[in-house]
This record gives sequence, structure tokens and C-alpha cells, in this order.
Amino acid sequence: MRCTVIGRDEVLHVARLARLALSEAEIEPMARELSAVLDHIARIGELDLTDVPPTSHVVEVSGALRLDEPCVSLPREVVLAQAPAVSGEGFLVPSPQA
Amino acid sequence: MSDSVDTANAGAGGVLEAVIGLEIHVQLATATKMFCGCELSFGEPPNTRTCPVCLGLPGSLPVANARAVHLGLMIGLALGSELAPRSIFHRKNYFYPDLPKGYQISQYDEPLCLGGHLGAVRIHRVHLEEDAAKLIHVGSSGRIHGSDASIVDFNRGGTPLAEIVTEPDLRSPEQASEWLKLLRSTLRRLGVSDVNMEEGSLRCDANISLRPAGTSGLGVKTELKNMNSFRFIERGIRAEIARQAEILRGGGQVVQETLHFDPASAAITSLRSKEEAHDYRYFPEPDLLPVTIDPGMIDAARADMSELPAERAERLRAEVGLNAESAQLLAFRGELGDYFEAALAAEREPAPEPQTLANWIAGELVARLAEGEDPAGSRVEPGAIAALVGLVGAKRVSVGAGRQVLDRLVSDGGEPEAIVEAEGLAAIGGGEDLAAIVAAALQANAEAAERVRGGNAKAIGPIVGHVMRETKGRADGTEVSRLIHEQLGV
Repeated sequence: MRCTVIGRDEVLHVARLARLALSEAEIEPMARELSAVLDHIARIGELDLTDVPPTSHVVEVSGALRLDEPCVSLPREVVLAQAPAVSGEGFLVPSPQA
Repeated sequence: MSDSVDTANAGAGGVLEAVIGLEIHVQLATATKMFCGCELSFGEPPNTRTCPVCLGLPGSLPVANARAVHLGLMIGLALGSELAPRSIFHRKNYFYPDLPKGYQISQYDEPLCLGGHLGAVRIHRVHLEEDAAKLIHVGSSGRIHGSDASIVDFNRGGTPLAEIVTEPDLRSPEQASEWLKLLRSTLRRLGVSDVNMEEGSLRCDANISLRPAGTSGLGVKTELKNMNSFRFIERGIRAEIARQAEILRGGGQVVQETLHFDPASAAITSLRSKEEAHDYRYFPEPDLLPVTIDPGMIDAARADMSELPAERAERLRAEVGLNAESAQLLAFRGELGDYFEAALAAEREPAPEPQTLANWIAGELVARLAEGEDPAGSRVEPGAIAALVGLVGAKRVSVGAGRQVLDRLVSDGGEPEAIVEAEGLAAIGGGEDLAAIVAAALQANAEAAERVRGGNAKAIGPIVGHVMRETKGRADGTEVSRLIHEQLGV
């Protein structure tokens, strides 16, 4: 059984990419738990899987495509009613460049 | 053809060569979005073409658009790609307000099409993905008091795109823009997209690096984003080559990053911070089944594709105006036809007359190449021969001087106008200059002049020869002949 070590920096990096705010107390347990998850996955790597294609989907069905036929879109007032902030005709968000 | 940049400290001879690859996003000509039935938007009021799927609402499930797959296969067939019997969609994870799900559905290591080529440029892959929404930046001076805000319009979100990625086979800004024109005319002919750059249905990113000329390794590359006109692509790439050369010349190192070229100020700025770029944590999209391609789908894509040679010959005759013999030749030697159409599509000024262009390609150019050689693989860019024939047609270069220019294009590549200037091959106008040279030639060949006056048409030879020697072949033969007859009063 190999032991993956996820460090503090890596936890903070991934948390930032996922926009998760971790408290100082959460960082170390998170590192430990992530390492355990990766260790578990690593066990699969110990098997001889030369002739086994990767499972990209759990249902072995493929080729389900949709015809290029229009459906009715939602009315804008319904769509915008879901939004926490609205301005005129659109969703209002903090500027990503700010 | 290759852009060499002089640098003092660049090692290996001090000359750098640019290595350029392109990533082109093409909006596919479907009726509906990539993963839902919302109609594509062409200027509709904001947020009127959305549904739970393209808004990324919980519980909604995407289903891939069969026509987008069909159009993707047509692109793959046209580029000679290998069509993957099975391809899968991946999630490309990053946060940005134009992306409601927190990821873009794209394809990663199992794309729809692999490999291929267009002209002399190899294709790396073609994959399908969805477009992002549109952000309208309001800014602190906008309607929202005291806050820097943006408004999101999701009409464009989920529009189907094919991303075409080339190998780094381009060597100069001009070559990149010429090749992109060839790609655009190919896609237009296929009918898979309206390829309108101004409206964003064709967008181009360029990967650029420099290396010592003559070496085969690759330098550190930067990615120049979202250039939306041929002019900006040339200028952007040229500016980035200059920026990298400057860094290397100063003994520095190019940093791998994503850049934005501002055509107004010619400034290049960094788009995303280094540590976040390219950390997309791709994983297979669990909400979508793999796309499997059966022979029937490939047959259907092929059946929808460009014309057969006979149809092409008829089109070249009826629509382009070629004589039957040229039309047939260009249609059945498809590579000559492709080259001819790429030259026409280069939209050079002055515009070449199509039949004359066909004659130069099928006659003069082919005669200068090896037997059966594809002109697309030669140093003569389609746009260059179009420009040359345009210059000859406008009588700015004589036919004889044009042949000399073509010799140079075949051996060294380049642009006709520059060669004409460098070699002093510009035509001598029909005005006073040429008239004076003709008068001198008549004096020097008084005997021949007398015989022409007496009705011996063949005697004109030595007189024309004299003028051509004097002008180094730059005079227009028809005009010389006209002036001789005029001055002799016959």
C-alpha cells in the first residue's frame, strides 16, 4: 500500500481553484483525507489493466444524440427571477476584472 | 517565408525563427445549441435564448446535438483527419461569470477527429465544445452605483463550436494569416459555418515561440488570444515575435502565459495569472454518453461534402468564368484547383483576372515545379501568385518581368511587390519614357524600321528586342509594338 502525501500548499492551491475557503483548522485534515482518497484510487493501479478500457461512463450505452430541432426557451422574466442580482436585461455579477 | 529576427545573443548564428501554431474556434451552423434545444442567437434581446441546461441549473441534463457531430465529421473529412469511432466529452473546470456551471463541456484526450492537414500545415486535432456566455462590462461609471459590475447575457452560452488545432508548422505572421484564409474558404465551401470573423463565428488564438533558425527544438511559447481579423492576427503575431525577440536578445527568458493583443495600442498584456492558467482539472463529463461514430454517420457526412470533380469543373466554368480546358484541369487535378481557389480567396489587390491566374498557375508555375508536385507545398504562397498576376494584369509589371518575379518566388518565396521593388522590375509606363526609348530604338535600327514601314511585320523583332534590352524586360510588349507602329505611322 503506497502512501500519497498531499501537502498544505497543494490543498490551498486546489481550494483556491475550487473557490473554497478553508479555515486554518481544516487544512491538515483535508490533506490527510485527500491523501487517503488518492491511496484508495492508487490500489486500482496495482491491477493489470492492459486490456481494460478506461470507464468514462458507468452506463455502457453510447450514441445518444439529440436532433437539431428547436425547443421553446424560457421567458426572460422567469430566468431572471432566479438570479440573486439583476440589472435590466441580464444577470448582474461582480466584474471578473475588478 | 520564415520570419528571421536578428538578435545578438540568441546563440546558433544569432538569428531566430518563429514557430507558430493556431487554434481556431468555428461556430457551427446548427439551428440549436450544443447540448440543448435553445435556438442560436443572432442579435436577439439578451437572455431570451436560455433553458435549464444552458443556464446550468441543478438537475438538468445535456444531450449532444447530432448535427454538430455531423458538421464536425465533415470538417474532419475535409482535413483528412482520422475520425474517432468513439470520443468523449470532458469538463474543463474554471470559474468565470460567463460559465454558469463552473466548467465548460469540451473534449480532451479523446476528441472527435485526430490528425490531418490543410495545405502544408498539419492538423493536430478537431474537437467539439460549447461557447461561453457574453459579458457586458458596466464598470464603476455605469448604472450601478459605486460598484465595478458586469451583466451576463446567456444567449451565446452553449453555442456549438469546433476547435481546430494545428501543429506548429507556420513560420511567419503573413503565412499564418494566409493559411487562415485558406481554412476559412475551405470551411465556407463545406458549409459548416458562416465563418464571419467580425461576428465571432471564426476566432483564432496563436501559440508563438522563437528558436535559433535551423534548429528543431521548441522554445517557450505564449498564447495570443482571440484575434478576430486577418489584419489583427498578422499584427498581433508580429508584435509578439518582436516582444519575445527583445526578451531573448536581453538574455532573458520567455514566460509561458496567455496574452491579449490590443490592436488600438499594439500593446500585449497578460490575461490570466500564471498559477491558474492551464490548471483545468479535466475529467470525463458524467452527464454525457460517449459519442460513437458508425459508418452510416461517416457516409452521411461525406454525402454532404463539397462537390465532385465534375461539379467543380462546371462551377469553375460557369461561375468563375474559366474556359472549359482550364476548368477541367483544375477540377481533376484537385490540388491545382485548391491552390487556384486559395489564390482567388486571398482577395489580393489589384485583383487577378481568374482565367489569367489559372493560366499562370497551370502553365508558368507548374512548369517551374517538379512533375506532379503540389504547388501548396512550394515556396509560392497562393496569395503571392495572385498578387503577381494582379500586378501583371494592372500593367504594373510586364509579362517578362513577371516571369522573373515568379522565378524568385519559386526559389525563395516572399511577396511579389517586395521583389519587384528590390529588383527594380516595375513596368515602364506607356508615357513619355517608353516613347523616347522606342524612338531611340527606331533610330538605332533604321533598316528594320524601313522594312516595317514597307509592310514586313516580322522585321519588328530587332526593334522590340532593342527596347526590351534597354528596359531590362520591364516594358509591356503590346504597348511597345503599338508605339513602334504609331511612330512609324503604320
